[in-house]
Amino acid sequence: MSWHGFTVLFQPENLRFLWWGFTVTIEIAVCTIAISLASGVVLGIARYAGDTSRGRALRAIGLGASLYIETFRNLPMLLIMLAARFWSHLPPFWAAVAGMSIYTAAVIAEIVRAGLLAIPRGQWEAARSQGMSYMQAMRYIILPQGLRKVIPPTVGQFITVVKDTSYAWGLGIQELTGSGTIIFAKYVNPIETFSLIGLIYFVTNFSMAFAARSLESRLARRTF
Amino acid sequence: MTLGAWQSLFADWRSFAVGLEHTLVAAALALLFATILGVFFGLLGVAPVPAARTINRIYVEAIRNTPLLLQAFFFYYGLPRVHIVLPVLAVGVVSLSIYTGAFVAEVVRGGIQSVARGQLEAAYSQGFSFVQAMRYVVLPQALRVIIPPYTNQCVNLVKNTQILSLIAGADLVYQADTWSSENLLYGVAYMTVAVLYLAITLPLAAISRWLERRIGGPIEAGADA
Repeated sequence: MSWHGFTVLFQPENLRFLWWGFTVTIEIAVCTIAISLASGVVLGIARYAGDTSRGRALRAIGLGASLYIETFRNLPMLLIMLAARFWSHLPPFWAAVAGMSIYTAAVIAEIVRAGLLAIPRGQWEAARSQGMSYMQAMRYIILPQGLRKVIPPTVGQFITVVKDTSYAWGLGIQELTGSGTIIFAKYVNPIETFSLIGLIYFVTNFSMAFAARSLESRLARRTF
Repeated sequence: MTLGAWQSLFADWRSFAVGLEHTLVAAALALLFATILGVFFGLLGVAPVPAARTINRIYVEAIRNTPLLLQAFFFYYGLPRVHIVLPVLAVGVVSLSIYTGAFVAEVVRGGIQSVARGQLEAAYSQGFSFVQAMRYVVLPQALRVIIPPYTNQCVNLVKNTQILSLIAGADLVYQADTWSSENLLYGVAYMTVAVLYLAITLPLAAISRWLERRIGGPIEAGADA
């Protein structure tokens, strides 16, 4: 560890190199969040529908969603990413996004389902007693309340996604952690390099956590 | 996935057994150390000393907001620079323990804070010290809240042993990756390793759900969580 090992990181070409890695990290995270949010919400609602409905079709869909969720959220994400890389002909960037999305969608689906399960039974009974069909009750009564509860923990999961982008380096994608590995190999300053990079991740994630907390308190204050 | 592919996989079953062993050993050791770290730092988070609570926040926030892989690289490449040379598996256990410890600390802190404040005050009024009050009054009640999310952290820990594969720790993910690229048989290797992981994580997840149903939920009398 030395002072020079730290200052060398702030040379313009090294800063540019790290900035480039950071943009790749953010690109992977944004793509993964978009895909896994959309598919996770659908999967979570499907599993919840299977839990709450007596209809055979919905139960079958719910069972399918359960199988998907329980399989993929209990596997290591890197394994899914490597498998996606070898099984598909996607370029590495998109193989990483695909592998991360397959995993994260299962995690978000469980967050969504937990939020919906927290809606009291009485809401269903009240809606149905007003003559609403199952679909109407879901659409107008359950989902608007449930999905609002789901927002804070979902933002928390986005922080995990930002951290998890580091596994893309395992597929040879030069994101932030990978850029750090290349830089320290040149200057032999792993402690300084990984400390600076840790700080970059920290600032990114801590501001997201801060945003999530203020969102949570705003949502908690608002009633219908 | 032909019969021949499965035959060559079973001919090399030993490399997968070694991977499974490394994954299990790393997870078990890291669980032990993470629990110790988590209980210690979790208690600091509820201690009546402001400095202790600050230490808790710094540990938890610094670790939770940076990638586990980055921390593993930090130790893997950084420790030899300060003349500490450890076997790869030990580096993995150190990183996994420190990382999981931060999550366990949050679980412990949250569990203790879910016990009504009056319980602690009642214990103090009976002349208990902080440590005694924790040991005999608060912790036994907090355990009910702590254990379900704690088992959930065990599942995450097993999955997180995947970092070993990126520091050449020869865990299950690493074996799937290397064996399949050496033999150009991807399907069978990934399928087998996925089933091995599920054989560990699914029962743990089931235990977590069962515990949540049996002992989870808020404490009835005087809950203020």
